[in-house]
Amino acid sequence: MKFSDFVCFEATIAELQSSRRDDVIIELVSSLEKAGQLKKTAKEEIIKAVIKRENEASTGMGKGIALPHVKHPSVKDVIAAIGKSSIGIDFSALDKQPVYLVILLISPVNNPDKHLQAMENIFKVLQQEKFRKFLRQSRNAEDIEDLLREIDENPSL
Amino acid sequence: MGKAVCEIAVEIKNMHGLHMRPAMQFVDIANQFACDISVSNGEKVVDGKSIMQIALLAATHGTKLKIKAEGDDAQKAINALQELVESRRFIDPDSYV
Repeated sequence: MKFSDFVCFEATIAELQSSRRDDVIIELVSSLEKAGQLKKTAKEEIIKAVIKRENEASTGMGKGIALPHVKHPSVKDVIAAIGKSSIGIDFSALDKQPVYLVILLISPVNNPDKHLQAMENIFKVLQQEKFRKFLRQSRNAEDIEDLLREIDENPSL
Repeated sequence: MGKAVCEIAVEIKNMHGLHMRPAMQFVDIANQFACDISVSNGEKVVDGKSIMQIALLAATHGTKLKIKAEGDDAQKAINALQELVESRRFIDPDSYV
């Protein structure tokens, strides 16, 4: 699977306003809604569900990355929004370090395999330090889109 | 004396596959043991103690995995991981979070 198959580049937030976890989740869900990827009526429910999931167990995987996610019946396909923070967010990450890159993933209820493929793709790339560094150095949403499309074209870069 | 090596084949039996929460449970248990643990889906071999690597397997319902442990407590580790994956099915078989 490629990033361009599930990332909504229009919803990228190159500099997240908040450094609080819940507010960051609200920013990213709202951005997906504004980009037309989520139904207005589902927005509040999705925000609550993502926060609830995060309270149960952090998706802060370490190395400055968090992958908050939830399955919701209102989406037909896996959709993601990317947010970046230069100050760092407390996500109660496994390694207790602040999070600089947040990938919010909303998946349909009935396609668990596609959700796993999206996760696989994200970690395949983010395991590589150079990509984490490139992403953190991106200055705007266009930079992030260019980088991810380049990785899509040439995953072994 | 050589290192103890144990290997076992398991099948992912929970409906949603090895998504993040089950992957974390797997890694949590793997890290309770001193032995090296690797997991393979036939295509790739990953470190059983790394959450990101386990996620790389994208193991769906029905996927067969090989778990290999090397070290003094290898047998104990294999038993615990098999119990998690096949008997307990990651505790909560059909919920997704």
